[in-house]
Amino acid sequence: MSVLVFIETNEGEIKSSSLEAVCYAKSINENVVAIMAGEASSKELDILGKYGVTKVFYNESEALANDSQGLAEFIFSGVEKEGADLIIIARSSLADSIAPKLAIKAKASIATNVVDLPSSQSPLTVKRGVFTGKAFATVSLPEGRKVLTLAKNAVGLKESPSSCSSEKLGFSEVASPKVKRLSVEKATGSILLPEADKVVSAGRGLKGPENWEMIEELANTLGAATACSKPVSDMEWRPHHEHVGQTGIKVSPSLYIAIGISGAIQHLAGVNSSKTIVVINKDAEAPFFKSADYGIVGDAFEVVPKLTEAIKRVV
Amino acid sequence: MNILVCITHVPDTTTKIKFVDGKELDKNGVQFVIGPYDDYALARAVELKESLGAKVTVLNVGKQETEPTIRKALAIGADEAIRIDAEPSDAIFVAHQIAHIAKQNSYDLILMGRESSDYNGGLVHGMVGEMLGWPSVSPCMKLDLEGTNAKMQKEIEGGKELLEATLPLVAGCQEPIAEWKIPNMRGIMSARTKPLNVVEAISVEGAISYNSFDLPPERSSCKFFEVDQVDDLVNALKEEAKVL
Ligand SMILES: Cc1cc2nc3c(=O)[nH]c(=O)nc-3n(C[C@H](O)[C@H](O)[C@H](O)COP(=O)(O)OP(=O)(O)OC[C@H]3O[C@@H](n4cnc5c(N)ncnc54)[C@H](O)[C@@H]3O)c2cc1C
Ligand SMILES: Nc1ncnc2c1ncn2[C@@H]1O[C@H](COP(=O)(O)O)[C@@H](O)[C@H]1O
Repeated sequence: MSVLVFIETNEGEIKSSSLEAVCYAKSINENVVAIMAGEASSKELDILGKYGVTKVFYNESEALANDSQGLAEFIFSGVEKEGADLIIIARSSLADSIAPKLAIKAKASIATNVVDLPSSQSPLTVKRGVFTGKAFATVSLPEGRKVLTLAKNAVGLKESPSSCSSEKLGFSEVASPKVKRLSVEKATGSILLPEADKVVSAGRGLKGPENWEMIEELANTLGAATACSKPVSDMEWRPHHEHVGQTGIKVSPSLYIAIGISGAIQHLAGVNSSKTIVVINKDAEAPFFKSADYGIVGDAFEVVPKLTEAIKRVV
Repeated sequence: MNILVCITHVPDTTTKIKFVDGKELDKNGVQFVIGPYDDYALARAVELKESLGAKVTVLNVGKQETEPTIRKALAIGADEAIRIDAEPSDAIFVAHQIAHIAKQNSYDLILMGRESSDYNGGLVHGMVGEMLGWPSVSPCMKLDLEGTNAKMQKEIEGGKELLEATLPLVAGCQEPIAEWKIPNMRGIMSARTKPLNVVEAISVEGAISYNSFDLPPERSSCKFFEVDQVDDLVNALKEEAKVL
């Protein structure tokens, strides 16, 4: 058997979450084959090989890059070519659109948002996040083809060098894709929130959008992505795609710093699988402290600049 | 125009989730509501009905206990309802049921939530689209129709895309696609007499099985630092938590 892993790139770089997917696959099976839209140059082959991929299917067609329908078909052709019976994809907005289409096309069963390595191989049994992050379920997938989508940090990166070859895989370019992309607005150069290993998040306690400068400075110092609570994006202090929680992005970074956020149950649902949580709030009774590892009771306007300086001293 | 809105029946967002012996949700004292994202889908459908004229059908795959939730959707403005009588424990199972109903009717638009807030697969819309050979878009933050042309805004990491597709299509909705609607007295009265058809489920293979549930580990307890001890906090993050 072999395992097929979908590799996604951002601004020309292979995403670290896709490499986590490779490591996840490697822990299940020696033979890991990757598939990517875009060019597989020596740079890509080196990095995929470093984590144990032996072969990568690629196609550099522009038409494929952001089309979830086309990508589902492309990945399916890789599945058939390789005879893969397990397909692993790191979660992302693109992956979330591809996965259900691929599962139906490949007649596969599917478990999304998997948070841990399998507890059994036969039947394949995995843990996935349910109830908007408030709980986990252990599920078994039936015999036959299977698709897993992984939450960030489901498994750590581990090198396992092998030599990686590439093979161009044709796909039938659909003359007119079903969904046409008219335009895209995307922040460039910043760390993508779902990919981030560290997140600095702020809430209504910051009083207004003009006060985000210190949040960004702290984030830059840490190499973290910025996030916010729902009211903050509702009031358009920050863009919608930054809001975390039950109705927003669910994050699982190694460090989550919450500033001026009360810790409502709907907010916690999106962040409580973070490894370490730091809370800064002027109210000692704020519920968030009950879910925190470290806390400072104090005024954000005083604490945050001090914290930034302290971090600058050590990193 | 015919719009199908698929809704889930899920615990209210403020619910503290508990399980009976780790095997099933403890429903004791839990208030069930229309899924928060499904509420956006329903609200957008009712807005389209008001602006363009449409018949709105709501559909739920669930046992009889979901009927009060379905009635609430009728009170908000759907015209009729279908309940497919089965436990909805797997996305593939649910998607087959919905596609089966869609094949017997001529819907122009199927609106769903971006994900259910119980099993959170985020799958059913994409699967139904694939089964019907229709385009599907999720998460959809805006959806405007001009004839059979739909313009949509989809959220992506770090931004958004403007997309276009031709009806029929499936969309998984999220805010700010519409304002949530609260049923009024007239809606509640008329919902009692609107048709709610119960149909049998078709059999489906390949579903995943849920073995057990558990809760996230509790955090031991919060270590507090004074405002002037930021250096100690940074040190703890570095040496103890090992995240710096
Ligand atoms: C269906 C539904 C879904 C929801 N989904 C989400 C979701 O996905 N994500 C989400 O975040 N919320 C969600 N919410 C909203 C949630 O219930 C809370 O209202 C929200 O999280 C509160 O945001 P906040 O903590 O920023 O604001 P507040 O609750 O107003 O808290 C502000 C905090 O800042 C502190 N503060 C004030 N000034 C300072 C200062 N100078 N320094 C330090 N601290 C200060 C205060 O003590 C307070 O604790 C949802 C609600 C519903 C009903
Ligand atoms: N049991 C169900 N009955 C009707 N619609 C459903 C059901 N389960 C899921 N859906 C729809 O599919 C969307 C995505 O669900 P899921 O794939 O479970 O996250 C939901 O927001 C609903 O619109």
